[in-house]
Amino acid sequence: MDLSVNIGTLTLKNPVMTASGTFGYGEEYAEFLDLNLLGGIVAKGISRKPMEGNPAPRICETPCGMMNAIGLQNVGLKHFLAKKLPYLRQYDTKLIVNILGNSIPEYVKLAQALDQAGVDGIELNVSCPNVKRGGISFGTDRRSLAKLVSAVKVSVTSSVVITKLSPNVSSIPDFAKIAEDAGSDAISLINTIPALSIDTETWRPKLANVTGGLSGPAIKPIALRMVWEASRAVKIPVIGIGGILNTSDAVEFLLAGASAVQVGTGNFLNPHTTTEIIGGLSAYMERKNLRTIRDIIGKFQVP
Amino acid sequence: MPLESTIEPTPGQFYMVQTGSTLDPLLKRPFSYFRKTPETIQFLYAVKGKGTVQMKALKPGVEIQIIGPLGKGYPNPTRGHTPLLIAGGIGVASLFPLAERLRGKACFIYGAQCRNDLIFLDQMEGLGCELLTCTDDCSVGRGGKVTDILSSLLDSSKSGPYVLYSCGPKPMLSAVAEIAASRNMKGFASLEENMACGFGACMGCAVKTTRGYKRVCKEGPVFPIREIVW
Repeated sequence: MDLSVNIGTLTLKNPVMTASGTFGYGEEYAEFLDLNLLGGIVAKGISRKPMEGNPAPRICETPCGMMNAIGLQNVGLKHFLAKKLPYLRQYDTKLIVNILGNSIPEYVKLAQALDQAGVDGIELNVSCPNVKRGGISFGTDRRSLAKLVSAVKVSVTSSVVITKLSPNVSSIPDFAKIAEDAGSDAISLINTIPALSIDTETWRPKLANVTGGLSGPAIKPIALRMVWEASRAVKIPVIGIGGILNTSDAVEFLLAGASAVQVGTGNFLNPHTTTEIIGGLSAYMERKNLRTIRDIIGKFQVP
Repeated sequence: MPLESTIEPTPGQFYMVQTGSTLDPLLKRPFSYFRKTPETIQFLYAVKGKGTVQMKALKPGVEIQIIGPLGKGYPNPTRGHTPLLIAGGIGVASLFPLAERLRGKACFIYGAQCRNDLIFLDQMEGLGCELLTCTDDCSVGRGGKVTDILSSLLDSSKSGPYVLYSCGPKPMLSAVAEIAASRNMKGFASLEENMACGFGACMGCAVKTTRGYKRVCKEGPVFPIREIVW
């Protein structure tokens, strides 16, 4: 049974990856599961300098979902290269590093350093709703996005470039196409949806950052629709993200046109979610008599 | 609940507990390790939100997922220091197993809003530690706050020096921290914060400390009380 899928020049042993910001740098999950089983790990977003993140409370729960405003707390490039990368490299899985910056040169410097360090892929975070500058401002402006993607693409030699799209745009197909035209090897979507939750006792926001990004099964139908729209607009592989908790959720995204999926919030509720889905996909293929999982990508039938 | 795990929890550690079988609430909830028998683990909780309402309705025999023990518990008292435990309300859940371990060696200040909120009082009395209680409405023990008792105890006591162990609402903990700082005392506080995973991945439960943001679930929930930036 062949579970492998291709993301640009990368071949993943199966289509199940972890979503950036939900899997740290792998260490916390190694206690629960064999990281070698994963199709890929997307490491938590890295900036050039360490970032301390937002004040507490940073998360709250909403019906069938959760909101976060972590504020991209991360160890910074130097520490990542020295400590986290060697750790992650012990595992036989593709390593994709999510990066973020305030300017194009910052993204380029990060991408070059990681490319030279030999990471398999670089995911451009242009869609974080929880920081004041950078992040989402690239993901929601057509010209900035095009410039950023092409600047990063020409500066790397072997790493695959993946652009993580924001759901916060008027037209997903347009932004998917912009990323493709600018040279992105693949796109991943969706990031969290900007949201608000109010404490009715205190009349104050539930998060210190006031707003936060909504994730979890509550956003899955929106994500699925956007993945479907994006995959019809571009030829490059699409990676589906948004509320995936089980095998059937993952299959939905593959049918909608995703070549692979990322599990995010699902890791929090059950650290074994990824490996359970990988096992579940094999069982699904057997039941459906499929030789390769690639046979279901985009096979969604619209009456 | 019955348990197969053989990992011994330390007082102050916690478990992430699935409260129901639907997607709402979505996340597990953190509960302090309260008591353990060879086959079961027990949590003491107040019914407050959706999760605990569901938990209360769970029927015996239902299977749920729990993860733990997690985080860092209370360190042992240093030699020559008398452990002084300070619990506010349901904070007693985390300090009870510590008191059970220390018994007669410890002094325990336990406060709540009213008589009904001073749960588990009988069992506490059976532990053999010096027990001082207070309620906001004067229905049991002294009237007022645990920090009032703490201050007068420290003013009068000749049996110090003390090391403080505290768990309760944030305003209480920050008042205890202030007392610890003004009297240059050593102490620990167990913090509570919203958590998504409980095992260090989501960074959702980070609190500000003098050494930067630290995760309540991993570097905590028990912190040196004077390291917390309130």
